Amino acid sequence: MTEPAATPAPEAALSDTEVLEQFAQRDYKEGFYTDVESDSAPPGLSEETIAFISKKKQEPAWLLEWRLKAYHTWLKMEDPTQRPAPEQWAMVHYPKIDYQAISYFSAPKKVSLDSLDQVDPEILATYNKLGIPLEEQKMLSGVAVDAVFDSVSVATTFKDKLAEVGIIFGSFSDAVKQHPELVRKYLGSVVPTGDNYYAALNSAVFTDGSFVYIPEGVRCPMELSTYFRINAANTGQFERTLIVADKGSYVSYLEGCTAPMRDENQLHAAVVELVALEDAKIKYSTIQNWYPGNKEGVGGIYNFVTKRGACRGDRSKISWTQVETGSAITWKYPSCILQGDDSVGEFYSVAVTSGRQQADTGTKMIHLGRNTKSTVISKGISAMNGQNVYRGAVQMQKRATGSRNFTQCDSMLIGDQCGAHTFPYITVRNPSSTVEHEASTSKIGEDQIFYCNQRGLSTEDAVSMIVNGFCKEVLKELPMEFAVEATKLLGISLEGSVG
Amino acid sequence: MAADNDTISGYAAAFEGFEAALNGGARSPLHARRREAIARLQEHGLPTARFEAWRHTNPAPLASGCFAPVMTAGKLSAEAIRPFVVSAIDGPLLVFADGQFVPGLSRVSDLPDGVQVHSLSAPGSGTAAIISGNLAALTLGAEHGFAALNTAFVRDGAIVTINAGCTVDLPVQILHVSTGQAGLTTPRTLVVAAAGSRASVVETFASTTSGAGVLTSSVAEIVVGAGAVVEHTRIHLHGAESLHAGTLHVTEAQDARFTAHTFCLAGRILREDVHTVLRGEHIESTLNGLSLPLGDDHVDNYTTIEHVAPDCSSHELYKGVVGGRAHNVFRGKIHVHQAAQRTDAYQSNQNLLMSDDAEINSKPQLEIYADDVKCSHGSTTGQLDPDALFYLRARGVGLQQARGVLTRAFAGELVDRLQHEGLRNHVERLVSTRLDAVLADQGEAR
Repeated sequence: MTEPAATPAPEAALSDTEVLEQFAQRDYKEGFYTDVESDSAPPGLSEETIAFISKKKQEPAWLLEWRLKAYHTWLKMEDPTQRPAPEQWAMVHYPKIDYQAISYFSAPKKVSLDSLDQVDPEILATYNKLGIPLEEQKMLSGVAVDAVFDSVSVATTFKDKLAEVGIIFGSFSDAVKQHPELVRKYLGSVVPTGDNYYAALNSAVFTDGSFVYIPEGVRCPMELSTYFRINAANTGQFERTLIVADKGSYVSYLEGCTAPMRDENQLHAAVVELVALEDAKIKYSTIQNWYPGNKEGVGGIYNFVTKRGACRGDRSKISWTQVETGSAITWKYPSCILQGDDSVGEFYSVAVTSGRQQADTGTKMIHLGRNTKSTVISKGISAMNGQNVYRGAVQMQKRATGSRNFTQCDSMLIGDQCGAHTFPYITVRNPSSTVEHEASTSKIGEDQIFYCNQRGLSTEDAVSMIVNGFCKEVLKELPMEFAVEATKLLGISLEGSVG
Repeated sequence: MAADNDTISGYAAAFEGFEAALNGGARSPLHARRREAIARLQEHGLPTARFEAWRHTNPAPLASGCFAPVMTAGKLSAEAIRPFVVSAIDGPLLVFADGQFVPGLSRVSDLPDGVQVHSLSAPGSGTAAIISGNLAALTLGAEHGFAALNTAFVRDGAIVTINAGCTVDLPVQILHVSTGQAGLTTPRTLVVAAAGSRASVVETFASTTSGAGVLTSSVAEIVVGAGAVVEHTRIHLHGAESLHAGTLHVTEAQDARFTAHTFCLAGRILREDVHTVLRGEHIESTLNGLSLPLGDDHVDNYTTIEHVAPDCSSHELYKGVVGGRAHNVFRGKIHVHQAAQRTDAYQSNQNLLMSDDAEINSKPQLEIYADDVKCSHGSTTGQLDPDALFYLRARGVGLQQARGVLTRAFAGELVDRLQHEGLRNHVERLVSTRLDAVLADQGEAR
């Protein structure tokens, strides 16, 4: 670059510093805590705890057995962070988790599914603070909301409308009672109980989540949405989501997350399974904005999620879009198993790490079927002391002839204390497939800021504009409802006091 | 910990035997290094399949079971080494048989001004300080078990020093030949290029037999002084059954220019760890590599470029043409420290799969802690461009010949980067012969 390094523009340099200071000073905007009485299990994990959860949820015997099997698998598994250094692959650092200190079940007491009037007013107040007024959404937004407060679904809307076209959308526990054959057929078929340490833990102790079934040939008439929210201190959240799209169907699913400010590290180990049969399409969008911890990195959510979709049928498609701005540690790799011929997998991601946040995220594209295609676009932004890792696997298996992958990972560094890392793993086992991977690292140039300043934009606006432009390829993949929220969120994450 | 305690205790016992046979040599500074190394080996063990650094190469064939160190060199004739020597280079030549210096086949007299070559077993005057100052000076972590194994059992090696400001026109050739004696051989090379010097070193690993049961654990250390220009070429021409675990460690001072070329042309399992540390400012560092595995070969190039100081640039290009059931692995890491502002780094890995049963693993990595940098990498894997093939065939070029032309052009980019014409022609011949074999190896008939 040829910018006058010897005589840097004083305002620009000063403004940059100011902006950085503001990052440091920003507080968690969604930080509040709702005082709701919880019917919690005592801390600790044992067969008894699992039996307690299963009994509370009035589950059939086969599910309890399934949980116990997962628990015994988990006991034999090794905590991935306790491995010796040369055997560790993830770039996340956190103290050892005491699984016996976590309470594995917490349900809000006043549960009602009949009408909103019966929902705990405090919960409704919480949603209102977050800008999710259920009663208004019902009428205005056309979004069906299955709101999960801690672990039990407290309200489900639009169920009737969806039921007309045969769509099943509701809490996981309801699905277990009402559609056990579907749940039993697909549960654990994409993420087996012993898949990894946290998936095994989830399988043993998951409390609730969402279940979606789209029947053959049905195009879901609205975006399905679940707002997750972590509440009650020391309660790990173990959600389980299962979405099955039958032949020729289509569904777009939105998942948004916010959490109240707490000083305890909260473990979140969710599992999301997607199944797309022949010609089916699933679009899964996530905005994650959990509490990232304070400036010194104290507190904050540990977000260890297993998300995987199976394109079982020919010409099926699964598309993941995620905007990750929260959590102290984000550790997740939404993946696609492209089993069907001509199936398509997509992954669009924006991950922001600021403060002392750590993110080790990316995707896995496992090509098994012929002429399968995958696209990966990842944008990582690091500021302050944030560490941002893209880790992605692309595998072309032997039968996946004529398959293609294109991966692009761009990183942006803001400030000189952060880190941006790219770790792709590429495996090709047949000669007719093509894999392309590109990655670049850049920063917001002083010349870019100067250019904007010169045209009357403040440094903060300039940063926000440049960052939004940097992420545009991903943000445009989000459904409308989310795109607005995501742009706002990036603003909040990176503009400090502005926004 | 080490999966295989028997292996380590086997090496520990072998070390005791080795030590007892050293007689007075056990008090030398070199032996102190060996002791440190065996202690480290006992502490960390050798890599296991669980190591992240060995994700795509199962180290078991190299690391499980103790390979008894080869204690006496086999016979080697001038005739036997002829194919491995660059005849066009009439410069210094050091020949090692099973890790031991063979003065009769080497050319170490009438050296150009400013260059000294010695063998580790018979160091010349003044080189003792160089050895104690530079040999095994780097601290290697637990994942470098094979470098520790080499150091523990090193008996001989090549020491090349270039005086400050001196230019050595002819490349220095170092030839490590295995005579086929089963067991562990430990070739070692130390190159110290003083400030402002220019030199080129060519290391060839070769075998006069198929190399069954031979494990070569090699280490080369290169110290590039301020403003020095060093080119290092490694040619792997092992036997078809040979196993090799090599380490190349380079330290560069400010304004240095270093280029490494690695040609993996033959060997059953070839693992090369290349680690270069850019310690001063304004360094330009280049790593080039070409792998041509076939049959059941497995090649793993594991490279790390560490930018410690600001204003340096690095370039990396590794290519692979893979035939048969062979497996080509590349891991390249660009590690930019926080102080290394204004780093300009580019890394590229390109592969051509020529058979249905071949496999590649590519892990190009960026680990960046500085914000004002320009770092990027790319990795592509595929097959020959069908349009280019069609173009040639439409002009009457047969399919096999067209494939040959295009793969030669693909591989040729790396051969062309060699500076010395004689060396370039030598490598071109070797690459061409090997490529024919790779193209002919279609793996198992379907």
